[in-house]
Amino acid sequence: MIEIEGVRKVFGEGRDSFTALGDVSITIDSNEFFTLLGPSGCGKTTLLRVIAGFTDPTEGRVTLEGRDLLTLPPYTRPVNTVFQSYALFPHMTVAENIGFGLKMLGKPRREITTTVEEMLELVRMTEMADRKTSQISGGQQQRVALARALAPRPKVLLLDEPLSALDFKLRKDMRLELKRLQAETGITFVFVTHDQDEALTMSDRIAVMNHGEIRQIGGPRDIYDHPAERFVADFIGDTNLLPAELLSTEGESARIRLPSGVETQARAATGGQKAGGDVTIAVRPEHARLNGTEGALLPGTLGNVVYFGTDTHYHVDLDSGGSFVVRQQNQPDQQHHRQTGERVGVSFAPGIGQVLKD
Amino acid sequence: MTTLAETRARATRKARALLLAPAMAILVFAASGPLIIVVIYSFLTPGDYGGVEWEFSLKAWFNVVAERDFFTDELRFADAHLSVFWRSIKLSILTAILAFIFGFPTAYFIATRPKKQRDIWMLLIMIPFWTNLLIRTFAIMELIRNQGTVNTALIGMGLIDEPIQMLFTEFSLLLGMTYVYLPLMILPIYASMERLDFSLVEAGYDLYASRLKVLTKIIFPLVKPGVVAGSILVFVPCLGAYVTPRVLGGGKQLMLGNLIELQFGQLRNWPLGAALSLSLLAIVMVALLFYVRAVSREGESNV
Amino acid sequence: MSSRGFDVRRQTGFTTLALLCFVVLYLPIILLVVYSFNAGSSIAIWEGFSWRWYVSAWENERVQAATVRSVVIATAASLISTFAAVLAALATTRTKPWRGQTAAFALINQPLMVPEIVTAVSLLIFFAIIKVQTGYTGLGYLIIAHSAFCIPFAYMPVRARLQGMDLSLEQAGADLYATPLQVFRHITLPQLWPGILAGAMLAFVISLDDVVITEFVKSAGQDTLPTYMLGQLRRVITPEINAISTALLAISVILVTAFFFLSRTRE
Repeated sequence: MIEIEGVRKVFGEGRDSFTALGDVSITIDSNEFFTLLGPSGCGKTTLLRVIAGFTDPTEGRVTLEGRDLLTLPPYTRPVNTVFQSYALFPHMTVAENIGFGLKMLGKPRREITTTVEEMLELVRMTEMADRKTSQISGGQQQRVALARALAPRPKVLLLDEPLSALDFKLRKDMRLELKRLQAETGITFVFVTHDQDEALTMSDRIAVMNHGEIRQIGGPRDIYDHPAERFVADFIGDTNLLPAELLSTEGESARIRLPSGVETQARAATGGQKAGGDVTIAVRPEHARLNGTEGALLPGTLGNVVYFGTDTHYHVDLDSGGSFVVRQQNQPDQQHHRQTGERVGVSFAPGIGQVLKD
Repeated sequence: MTTLAETRARATRKARALLLAPAMAILVFAASGPLIIVVIYSFLTPGDYGGVEWEFSLKAWFNVVAERDFFTDELRFADAHLSVFWRSIKLSILTAILAFIFGFPTAYFIATRPKKQRDIWMLLIMIPFWTNLLIRTFAIMELIRNQGTVNTALIGMGLIDEPIQMLFTEFSLLLGMTYVYLPLMILPIYASMERLDFSLVEAGYDLYASRLKVLTKIIFPLVKPGVVAGSILVFVPCLGAYVTPRVLGGGKQLMLGNLIELQFGQLRNWPLGAALSLSLLAIVMVALLFYVRAVSREGESNV
Repeated sequence: MSSRGFDVRRQTGFTTLALLCFVVLYLPIILLVVYSFNAGSSIAIWEGFSWRWYVSAWENERVQAATVRSVVIATAASLISTFAAVLAALATTRTKPWRGQTAAFALINQPLMVPEIVTAVSLLIFFAIIKVQTGYTGLGYLIIAHSAFCIPFAYMPVRARLQGMDLSLEQAGADLYATPLQVFRHITLPQLWPGILAGAMLAFVISLDDVVITEFVKSAGQDTLPTYMLGQLRRVITPEINAISTALLAISVILVTAFFFLSRTRE
């Protein structure tokens, strides 16, 4: 278990100073696949480097199973990193790279050889053992970097955007591979990415970061379906933002009035906004339906219809102002095709709309 | 937490000091330190057989530019020194210009070769540069002496009867220094030329510029920092040249370096030699300062 | 209209001037080399091929002594300067700006900025004082003087190599339980080798070729090859000088070419 308490990191001094991390506290459980997700410059890599020991925080505590990590230099921390650039040693072979950590730990030669073989097998690189790292492909380098970091059996594996240098197809394969490795080794993974798909497909839990702060922590489904605030809703997936009036709240359930005047149920985080105020609600495009205007929550006129193969995006100009996107899956036997200019109505089930904190 | 950071910072500082120590010790002992002694010596009185008397005097500095007539005790400019200063500066500027005339097209030529060839062409420029300066000067000397290759060939062809006196003239110095320092002009120009985006040149032609206009209005302004750097790199060593004027000038065409040497050799006036050295250093520093300012201004305008 | 199409890179006369430039750069050197094999004693009239001047240079005791001295000084100076330069490069690369940084850089680059003649004169004065005080007149003065002006040449390729090195490699080393010393030995040093070797070779060539500082610092009877040759120029010039020059040239060309390919090797 990693406990990060009140970690702050300020680069520079005085007027030129930059706060990379402002009071971050997280608890990461053992054997968890934990993802730090956020746009570039949000502080996720800085946080990773604080755990690895390459950056000293300005304030705060980091402990691993109760042991203070910050007083330890990087080479004594039981934590290994998969670097964004892989950082494979160019003057060593694949096998030598993988065995490096064990060699530095002073393990006996026999043990190193065995572990290296195991690791090569784990990442399916046995044939490449004696190649130089410059003679293998990007995807293979990635796997060597993984094997190298896993070989010393660290308590925690830190992964700094490890998939960003790979092409799309390979990236998708590697997601499954990483998930498999995490399950097989039982090591805690702390994974940094700016790619929401990576975060959603692999993680047990995700921490969404922005401007050096944690905005929301939760499981992938939780984060996607119930974004707590505008930034999270916007950053992950597509979303429709609607102004609404909050009439009353009861637990996580909220009664709201939409701009069309219609009232409906929505979901709100506990301890959120007070009743009677203006709020914003978020609705995912695929969570809404397109019907006739009759009985619809939000009537309007159909604008652009954009065909995407698997689904179609309908841009609706709402009568109450603003626009709303509805995403519907295409069916092979679909007869009726809606046309631009048609009168339509947007609906979504009670409890689908999420009241945002801001 | 702050103590942790402080301890690390202190360790870093200590390691840095230890790592720098050997280089700094050698440089202070055999480069910077002695310069300070030169400053001191320039304010002392010359000894009778070289060396100095430990007696304060401004005479050396005074003698750099002026002298007292031996008979009439009249004050006048030290023509001998000033003419050497003038020759040094004049020849250095001319050398820089000549080097530019040859160096610019050469750098351009190399920069427009296919990428794989460029390094080889640059190696061809570098090889003469890293070979012994004395040998290269000597090669020029063999070429232009009265019994040298050029004169022998011209006489052999019956074009001239008497050898043309080329050695020991300002021409020979100019030729020699251009030959010796040409790579210093090509190197920085090539460096900026290589980064030149040739689509800019294409854009120039697209917008109706002639070849000459493209050269003067597009290519030259873009590689100007390299030209400035090259000019300074040629100018500075020319100014302090010693070997080339000694071999090709033969004691007739003195430059500053030779004048300084004379003070420590035959003329036994160490304080004057020291003052002349520092004057040379001052001119060089002004040139370097000019260069640094030109480069940093260029850097700002590029931002 | 030309059927070749329009070459945007062409500038009238540039190729001619450039090729002329290469000819001018090499012609004097080539002639120098050619006449070192002259059977006659002229450096302008060819009288047939002969090794005669190489033999005579080889048997000349003053040349032998100067050669040994040159090699001893260049070896010592390149070793000392490279050692100092590598440490200095490690201290000055990839650190945050620190106090005294400008002074350190100025000191390291001083031999490149201050005219050689000025350095030579200052060393002449300084060493004269020490010679009087200590009575020592050995090769030490030349070695330390050469070491000093070789430092920036040894420093440059090492620093360039360090700057080009991926910082995350060393971090990866530390991450994989290598102590700072182990990181240096297993990761930094193996990758630094080409730079160190290049620096040492450059320093060797620079020391081997030096005339001015050696001329001023040397005590009586301490001629190196270049100062010996400079002294000979006052006399009747025979192809023996060409032979010595050619040998020196060969060493420089080999080392410079090796340097060129070394500094090009990047993983």
